[in-house]
Amino acid sequence: MLTTTNNSTTTSRTLTSKQLPKATPWVVAVASIIVAIIISFIAFGGFNIPVVAVLAGLINVVAVFAISASYEGRRKATDRVATTVVTSSFILACVPLISLLWMTISKGGAAISFDLLSRTMLGMKGVLDQQYVAGEATIAGGFYHAIVGTVLITAMACIISIPIGVLTAIYLVEYAEKNRLGKAITFLVDVMTGIPSIVAGLFAFALFSTIAGFIMPDAAGIAKTGFTAAVALSVLMIPIVVRNTEEILRLVPMDLREASYALGVPKWKTIVKIVLPTSVSGILSGITIAIARVIGETAPIMVTAGFAKALNWNLFSGWMSTLPTFIYDSQLRPVSPGDAALASSERAWAAALVLVALVMLLNLLARVIAKVLAPKAGR
Amino acid sequence: MSKQIDIKDLDIFYGDFRAVDGVQMQIKPRSVTALIGPSGCGKSTVLRTLNRMHEVIPGASVSGQVLMDGNDIYGAGVDPVNVRREVGMVFQRANPFPTMSIKENVLAGVRLNSRRMTKSEADDLTERALRGANLWNEVKDRLSLPGSGLSGGQQQRLCIARAIAVEPEVLLMDEPCSALDPISTLAIEDLINDLKDQYTVVIVTHNMQQAARVSDKTAFFNIAGTGKPGKLIEFNETSTIFSNPEKEETENYISGRFG
Repeated sequence: MLTTTNNSTTTSRTLTSKQLPKATPWVVAVASIIVAIIISFIAFGGFNIPVVAVLAGLINVVAVFAISASYEGRRKATDRVATTVVTSSFILACVPLISLLWMTISKGGAAISFDLLSRTMLGMKGVLDQQYVAGEATIAGGFYHAIVGTVLITAMACIISIPIGVLTAIYLVEYAEKNRLGKAITFLVDVMTGIPSIVAGLFAFALFSTIAGFIMPDAAGIAKTGFTAAVALSVLMIPIVVRNTEEILRLVPMDLREASYALGVPKWKTIVKIVLPTSVSGILSGITIAIARVIGETAPIMVTAGFAKALNWNLFSGWMSTLPTFIYDSQLRPVSPGDAALASSERAWAAALVLVALVMLLNLLARVIAKVLAPKAGR
Repeated sequence: MSKQIDIKDLDIFYGDFRAVDGVQMQIKPRSVTALIGPSGCGKSTVLRTLNRMHEVIPGASVSGQVLMDGNDIYGAGVDPVNVRREVGMVFQRANPFPTMSIKENVLAGVRLNSRRMTKSEADDLTERALRGANLWNEVKDRLSLPGSGLSGGQQQRLCIARAIAVEPEVLLMDEPCSALDPISTLAIEDLINDLKDQYTVVIVTHNMQQAARVSDKTAFFNIAGTGKPGKLIEFNETSTIFSNPEKEETENYISGRFG
């Protein structure tokens, strides 16, 4: 009897509690923004985006806490404030990304045309740009040569660095067994990851100048070729490929290797037929990320491949342009000075759009590859 | 198609650490031998030395002899790859190759060892191995689906089929049922009973009822304390071990009394 009465007195604790309607945070957020805009008009005499954003954020946090604390209690109010802060941080992080994409798409999209994609800068004169800006002609020039240069140099960089990178990773994971050579390689790869890209470019240029100097002492300048640029990019790309591949290979369960050994399969065949197929999707997406990383490099290309105006399909002789160096060159040294520099700027934005599209396409490709080749658990 | 294994003065090391000390055993062909004992006593380690899987772990080494029909598998010039073709192994966790279909999994050992097969030979072998592993009826309609889509017990039997498809002389099983439900366990125990007509089977198990059910002879390993090497305490007929063991230590372990 005593226990039952005790129980009935302590049932003041209930499982239900007051809850704000689901839409509350959004309503509060919109209200905060409106209040912030009003304050901005009163205090600063106009609509000022940074002021409104900061004010809206502060008002929102305070309002959410006040409303929630008065109705739902302190614990839930704290929870809501944390949610608000996390969400705002996410939105803040998206701002530069979205504005960058917006800039590139709006400016590049307005400028881009099939002519720009299919012509080079060969025979470009300031007069042509002046005519364009004056509205007397369509835009002249183009960056077909830079697209070709980007594709060729990046492809050559891949040909050099993918085998070296993947094989190094295989050595580290399958053979090194934490020996000294393995530790040394890991250390060097870590150091290489941190090399500034301009240093990689200077290294490749110095290397090939020296080699060219031996062959033709008078013409060290012939070292400026697309191939030199590809080597510079490889220096940047190899550590990324090694790191990514190593991580993926370490994810392959030891069980699978042992299962293969237990069938009497030699080690090299276990690696080729079991370990690599199991991890191929991860390796390929790692490689794609490495490509996306180096395709936008500017500095090492400038010091190794120069700036070409004309189309050059030969990686081993003559200067080459890539999209990043084309953008840099157009923006820094417009074909025509003064108002007509606008034409160069437009070409640069169009090239930037193509470059961003290429990188996004590569990332998309990495996802598709990962999805298609991943081991399936069908039933 | 079955070999006798003689283990003589086998010491097993991980680096400088002596994991197992002085094992003497004679495993008869066409029999099932169970290795039992507490965790860490070295029974899996002993099992792994029988097909030189032990040395896959960096720093591991062995001294002593393991004779397979008189040939020392640790002798000079012996290629561990050749040993493993004679001695198959099934692991604690079912590990079918995730990139391969059921059929490819069964044929993996043969294919990867570069033996060429015609399509009908391959079909024959697949059916024989899967029947041998008691799995044929369950998977015959979906041989081209991934092996990882099967249930845990089916995956383990697929691994057994894969192991027997290379036609080894000896089959090692490292706690093959520890992750399985009682029904799958029963299926595998029945299978072990059938397998001993053709193979020498050595099985590590934590389940003493299982050892009593499936094995002809049982080896009991024990460890004096952490950091000490595991030792073979008693090796005897299974019926003797479980009804009338010679050593008190065995008696204590079997009956659930320790120390």
